[in-house]
Amino acid sequence: MYLSLAIFLPIVCGALLLAIGRDEQANTVRWMALIAAVASFLVTLPLIHLFDTTTAAMQFVENQPWIERFNIRYHLGVDGISMWFVPLTAFITVIVVISAWEVIETRVNQYMGAFLILSGLMVGVFSALDGMLFYVFFEATLIPMYIIIGVWGGANRVYAAFKFFLYTLAGSLLMLVALLYLYSQVPGGSFDIQTWHKLPLSGTAQTYLFFAFLAAFSVKVPMWPVHTWLPDAHVEAPTGGSVVLAAIMLKLGCYGFLRFSLPIAPDAAREWSWLIIALSLIAVVYIGLVALVQKDMKKLVAYSSIAHMGFVTLGFFIFNELGVSGGLVQMISHGFVSGAMFLCIGVLYDRVHSREIAAYGGVVNTMPKFAAFAVFFGMANCGLPATAGFVGEWMVILGTVQFNFWLGGVAATALVFGAAYTLWMIKRVYFGDIANDDVRALTDINSREFLMLALLAVATLYMGLYPKPFTDVMHESVTELLKHVALSKIPA
Amino acid sequence: MNDMNWLAIYPEILLLVMGCVVALADLWVTDEQRRPTYWLTQLTLVVVGGMHFAYFDAGVTTYAMQNMVVADPMGHLLAGFACLATLITLVYARPYAASRDMLKGELFILSLFSLLGINVMLSANNFLVVYLGLELMSLSLYALVALRRDHAVSTEAAMKYFVLGALASGFLLYGLSMMYGATGSLTIPEVFDVISKGIPNKSVLVFGTVFVVAGLAFKLGAAPFHMWVPDVYQGAPTAVTLLIGGAPKLAAFAITVRLLVEGMIGLAVDWQQMLIVLAVMSLLIGNLAAIAQSNLKRMLAYSTIANMGFMLLGLASGVVNTSTLWGTNAYSSAMFYAVTYVLTTLGTFGMIILLSRQGHEAEEIKDLAGLAKRSPWFALVMSIFMFSLAGLPPTVGFYAKLAVLQSMVVNGVPFYLWLAVFAVVVSLIGAFYYLRVVKVMFFDKPTDTAPLAAPADVRFVMTLNGAAVLVFGLLPGGLLELCKVAIRQALTT
Repeated sequence: MYLSLAIFLPIVCGALLLAIGRDEQANTVRWMALIAAVASFLVTLPLIHLFDTTTAAMQFVENQPWIERFNIRYHLGVDGISMWFVPLTAFITVIVVISAWEVIETRVNQYMGAFLILSGLMVGVFSALDGMLFYVFFEATLIPMYIIIGVWGGANRVYAAFKFFLYTLAGSLLMLVALLYLYSQVPGGSFDIQTWHKLPLSGTAQTYLFFAFLAAFSVKVPMWPVHTWLPDAHVEAPTGGSVVLAAIMLKLGCYGFLRFSLPIAPDAAREWSWLIIALSLIAVVYIGLVALVQKDMKKLVAYSSIAHMGFVTLGFFIFNELGVSGGLVQMISHGFVSGAMFLCIGVLYDRVHSREIAAYGGVVNTMPKFAAFAVFFGMANCGLPATAGFVGEWMVILGTVQFNFWLGGVAATALVFGAAYTLWMIKRVYFGDIANDDVRALTDINSREFLMLALLAVATLYMGLYPKPFTDVMHESVTELLKHVALSKIPA
Repeated sequence: MNDMNWLAIYPEILLLVMGCVVALADLWVTDEQRRPTYWLTQLTLVVVGGMHFAYFDAGVTTYAMQNMVVADPMGHLLAGFACLATLITLVYARPYAASRDMLKGELFILSLFSLLGINVMLSANNFLVVYLGLELMSLSLYALVALRRDHAVSTEAAMKYFVLGALASGFLLYGLSMMYGATGSLTIPEVFDVISKGIPNKSVLVFGTVFVVAGLAFKLGAAPFHMWVPDVYQGAPTAVTLLIGGAPKLAAFAITVRLLVEGMIGLAVDWQQMLIVLAVMSLLIGNLAAIAQSNLKRMLAYSTIANMGFMLLGLASGVVNTSTLWGTNAYSSAMFYAVTYVLTTLGTFGMIILLSRQGHEAEEIKDLAGLAKRSPWFALVMSIFMFSLAGLPPTVGFYAKLAVLQSMVVNGVPFYLWLAVFAVVVSLIGAFYYLRVVKVMFFDKPTDTAPLAAPADVRFVMTLNGAAVLVFGLLPGGLLELCKVAIRQALTT
């Protein structure tokens, strides 16, 4: 019940806003969107409260027949792997609604409606336990995002929207065939993901499946070398779009690895883990270097996201608990931190209408309160202890050292690059003398902007200081998953 | 078996009678809007459609007219949908036709007669009845395309349609005569019996099958027999394009099932190969050519070709290693595809009708520019149609593609699995040009700021049409089940 509510409350509210909202009553629309977003967040809180951390089984399960012809079921449930993403998604949506308040002036109802619908769909992805239900939610998220980038985006928005859509669709269509293949392998036909987990599969079949899933999820994560859509999408998307993209949408891909690739094709996953590890390390090191030379702030944070996601996939494919849990923690913390980074860029962009690093300098002189937040989130982005960014990276690095000392060493360099590109950007934008008249004319953040940044700062600090509630939830499910992956599924 | 059994063909008789009544009544109608004939036609369609749906009974197959026609669930279901499609078409067509001096009795009469032809095909149990229905439908449609006789493009399209259509009918008839020569019967179940007892004269039969398949491919508009589709779709008045693109596709699907599946399933090994070649070519040509179009009607014509290719894939995966175990699954998925495709097509062409005004044919893609600002509601409905054609959830187009892909993957033959991968890759190409339409509507600046002016009934039906695409997308189970029941009954008799 809670999960259905978390999915359909925002979708229904969003559809209502689309149907009845008018630009003449933009303020009413904003308040309605805020109420809807907060309500959608509140209904996810019982999940955290009532979650049983002593079991790896699915909780809050709902299971109804949906399309009987193909035995597709409306089957929802969360375990320790997916639970935190439900409240996270709803929380980020609240932030996005607040961030758009005065910024979006035209077609407000469509903007808010699209984000609310998107939020419900993403919750659906995280809680679907039926392969086809998962796919429906996974694909449907493309539509609102396409519209968001295309309508409210920057100058080159059409190109970015198309690239985003077609890249992701290309990957997920191969996954569709994989899902159908799995369906045909179950006697009688079934799309139940947990049945698939137990399904014996030959080595060849597992390899094909693994790569079909890799096609879908690596684009979404995104992993090097299929990451090129992300900088374009981020740069052109409106602030809210970037926030949701970085904070939640990238996690859909990472989550897919844990829900599909690893448990369904464990033998192939072990066999090909070297490939994923190599791609992840390239993302961490090479993309880190690419981020260093960016002139556009949004591009820089976009590349930093790719590097951080490299950490996540690295953690997943070293097959130890520190790595997998670390990857999951990194996913959540990146949700807070990258979201906040994009909001900070949005705050500057709303005032100066430029994302170029060179257009700024000495912002701290005119916007002290804002600069404090920006520096704080910058620190979190490079993984400073006591912030959320530290916990995940640290766990993954420890896990990698356990797996292989030298690989751990390579992964740890990411902390250096992360610090380098983030702090260098902070220095050039916020510190030094006031660079030009635009910066001189800046006004500090208002209470709305303060509120949204403060909410994220609290979350980031809390997670950095006391990550136990997060890791406790994950522990049982991750242990269970690793036990499952260690066993071969190839029929004797 | 050999009695007349008039009851089974009451809907067709009613349709025929009403067609004549409308023709006569129209002589006395002086109203510019042709209200009496219009409503009489719509009433006829409602009653005939209602009768077909009421006759739909899962487990019953009746033969009538001395075994010439068959009344089975598949026929009734498709006939019901065909009536519905014609009804929706006429709702969309009326304001368009009125502003172009086309709103004459002929429009209604010819629509009714083409529907009668469709109904005859749907219930044919004999090769000649198939041909009779086909010609009745085709001749009515040729005349409809030429309805604006002072319009050069329409006339040219009608000419092209007529010449190529007649050629295709000739192919089909030639093929059927060979089947007759080889099996000694024109009745479909008897042909089936002869073939399943052992193939008497295989080379003649296969030769005949080639001609039959070629004729069917023309009627479906599958490549390489697709040349007429873009020209006719573009040249015909949009209201008539809608009539050609809607119900006739259901009939073409039905006669394909009647001839190939019910009659010649024993030759499936041969005709499945042909269908696969047709499907692959249609998917490639349709999708690639559609990208290059700037004319919306032409783009949708190529999209039709691609969609028919996808449907053919479903028809081509029913028999695996001479086992018909997957037949029901495969043919019913193709049927679901055909029905939902028609539903979506009605909406897209209806939208083109809505966009055009007196003296202005809005058929370029750029005419849609900024529709989201002009009429947000219609832009939303149109984007639902586009996403459905692109096969994205949660629209019905996704489940249609899913059903066909499932029928290819489920039989476990690697060849079909790779065919499914191919189909999926080309549908990615398709997604591009559908998305471009959405892009034009939502991202581009409007060139024309006037909101769409449409009569209330058109708005209402258009909204229902869009809602149906979405609702069948959320809950496709019922329609899928109906198709399955219909095909299962068609296969067991």
